[in-house]
Amino acid sequence: MTDEAGEAFVRLSGICKSFGAIRALAGVDLTIRSGRMVSVVGHNGAGKSTLMQILAGALAPDAGEIRVAGHAVVHGYSVRRASALGIRCVFQELSLCPNLSAAENTRVFHPALAGPGWRRRARQLIGNALHAIFPGHGIDVHRPVGELPIGQRQMVETARAFTETDHPVRLVILDEPTASLDATAAEQLLRYTGEARARDVAVVFISHRLPEILGHADEVFVMRDGQVVGSGAADALTEAQLVEMMGVVRSVDLTHAPGSRGVREQIRVEQPARADTPLRVQLRAGEVVGLAGLADHGQRELLQAVFDAAGHPATTLRVNGSVAYVSGDRRTEGIFPLWSVGHNTTISRLRALARLGFLNPAREAALAEDWRTRLAIHTPNIDRPITSLSGGNQQKVLVARAFAAEADIILFDDPLRGVDIATKRELYQHVHRAAEAGCAFLWYTTENTELVNCDRVYVFYRGTITDEIAHADLTEDRIIGASFGAGHNVAV
Amino acid sequence: MSSGIRAWLDARPWIWSFGAALIVWLVTTFVVQGRGMLATLAVALQFATFYVIVGIGQMFAIAAGPGNIDLSIPGVMTFAGYIAIGLMNGSNYGLPAGLAAGIGVGIVAGVFNVLLIQGLRIPPMIGTLASGFVFQSMAIAYSSTTNAPPAPLLVSFSAARLLGVPLIALVFIIFTVFVAVGLRRSMFGRAVLAVGQSLRAARLAGLAVRRTFALVYLLSAILAAIAGILLAAYSGGAALDMGADYLLMSIAVVVLGGTSIAGGQASPAGLWGAATLLDLVVTMLNVMRVGAGVRYVVTGLIIIAVLALAKGSDETA
Repeated sequence: MTDEAGEAFVRLSGICKSFGAIRALAGVDLTIRSGRMVSVVGHNGAGKSTLMQILAGALAPDAGEIRVAGHAVVHGYSVRRASALGIRCVFQELSLCPNLSAAENTRVFHPALAGPGWRRRARQLIGNALHAIFPGHGIDVHRPVGELPIGQRQMVETARAFTETDHPVRLVILDEPTASLDATAAEQLLRYTGEARARDVAVVFISHRLPEILGHADEVFVMRDGQVVGSGAADALTEAQLVEMMGVVRSVDLTHAPGSRGVREQIRVEQPARADTPLRVQLRAGEVVGLAGLADHGQRELLQAVFDAAGHPATTLRVNGSVAYVSGDRRTEGIFPLWSVGHNTTISRLRALARLGFLNPAREAALAEDWRTRLAIHTPNIDRPITSLSGGNQQKVLVARAFAAEADIILFDDPLRGVDIATKRELYQHVHRAAEAGCAFLWYTTENTELVNCDRVYVFYRGTITDEIAHADLTEDRIIGASFGAGHNVAV
Repeated sequence: MSSGIRAWLDARPWIWSFGAALIVWLVTTFVVQGRGMLATLAVALQFATFYVIVGIGQMFAIAAGPGNIDLSIPGVMTFAGYIAIGLMNGSNYGLPAGLAAGIGVGIVAGVFNVLLIQGLRIPPMIGTLASGFVFQSMAIAYSSTTNAPPAPLLVSFSAARLLGVPLIALVFIIFTVFVAVGLRRSMFGRAVLAVGQSLRAARLAGLAVRRTFALVYLLSAILAAIAGILLAAYSGGAALDMGADYLLMSIAVVVLGGTSIAGGQASPAGLWGAATLLDLVVTMLNVMRVGAGVRYVVTGLIIIAVLALAKGSDETA
């Protein structure tokens, strides 16, 4: 790395942080220059989020020095202080107030937006930011944020970080910002970071999608076990090098290649024929069916409809068998935050563990322990609170909950967003194994690369299916084409 | 305070109400120079039992998540008390019919509340308040036709002592243990706590959300009816204002006892500490000959102090 390229806006040195016995950061050095995009990569639990929280003032380090714009700021460093220095953070866990609109959330963020007419000014501020970053976003800035789908919430959160009132924005931390955005919105955001850099704003970009990083970042820092284990200019690194530095990934044997699996005859989900489209959803036992397309074009509605129709003789959708649902929005519809890992795992399987309505604690613990081992959930024991786990591991617990439920149909609502590659590969294997055993999957994902795990893929556009693609015919071009309504089965 | 001690205390939210009750009891004993210290405690336990019975129901409602509360408790207590005592009419032969009818009032009230909340989608706070008025009015109408004494057997049960301890307190301590185990180990308990933490997560985890809410309100109404019957028997007959105290007391004992008002967590043991505390405070201020005005101020301050201690370092982050 060359030191003359721009003045260092932030310099972190020797940052240490422990949570109880767990050492999250063990002496991290990181330099961020104005007008540059720094990317931090690493597996779940490598310490990326902890480091960013310290940089944003949300956590105090146990040791180490933080220098911003040339001044040491360790004492009394806080989110407020960081914000006054121009440091903004888009956290992985969305931090908007769900009952407030996008404009009102902007007001919360900017105390300077006071006095008569603040509503109009807040609306303009967030509206302009949204238009600049995500042209054609289609977000109603008057609606309570909680009513927006997760992709749009992420856009509001991201856009808000770039709004300015009294303090200019000097550094924006984007922690996994593209995980819940579809391909178009993610591309728009990455393009915008270029514009921001041209205005001398520094950007820290965290993502599990390595191509995004290599294509857009200036420098890359690789973290492992709470330390920076490597760094370099993005254009001098390859994906393979990054993966190697991040740590050994268990080699994956994909002998059960999708498509070669024996799909059973039994139909699990069937949509009635419709006049306006020849395409309708059908899911057989043992099948993994992907739902693709841009975010919020009807995929989630289908999953919800299947979930609601299970066990009911519905007129619109026939569902034959029990269902389990795994949401990628773990904070609002996944975890039970007051409970242990174990209780979070077993909640969908209680009926089988109970006699006369009372649970057998030994059997419950055995079930949770079994799934902890099978999915390699990183926790000292199943009695630890679920909130003590890293985000990716919490997501694993939710997947374990669905598997433990022994349902006939598992509905995946983009459950692996923000999960690292090694973990994803492990989970893919479990999906294949479960499908082998007859479980049917409906899998909505915002990451097209994930669709290679599917036997068939339905592409959604504006609430209807525009294409059905068999595993063998799956190409990125065809998915993207159909995502914009150009499905080959639709007369244009 | 070291973090180890704090963690130990945080896992036992009921401890504060017991600590405060103990202090108040010792102060009272000091003021009266040790005379009748056990008798004071026994009387406090007797009255605490009535608070605890309705408090258990209220605890389930509050634990079921934001917006859930049962304000029909006073009305249900009063009406159930009148119906049960009226049918007993001072005779042990009327006891089974009276008990059945009184508990029947609880069941009807619970079903009525569920219909208001789930059928008509009225927020629980308003729905149960309204149904409470309905049952209170029915008690007023019924009270003009009866002035019956309770069955003697029920009177002796409600006032009986076992080795100096009120019998009904023992019965409901056992019931509280059952509730505490049930919250952890029963499907219903788990469902209530799950729903209270995250309604959407509970629904997607496949829990029977509507049935859980229905059972919570049914349970609360039945417990209110039982409290009404026992209180009426203990007081020698039903009275129209017998439930008045219980609207706010049922909530106070739940929150003071360490149950989170945000839902998803319940602290049944704490109900006993809180109920005993609230009763002992009144006793303490009485023996100190404090005026009514000051009494309310001191009661309020004690409640604030206990909650402040219990919540102390919850939000250290």
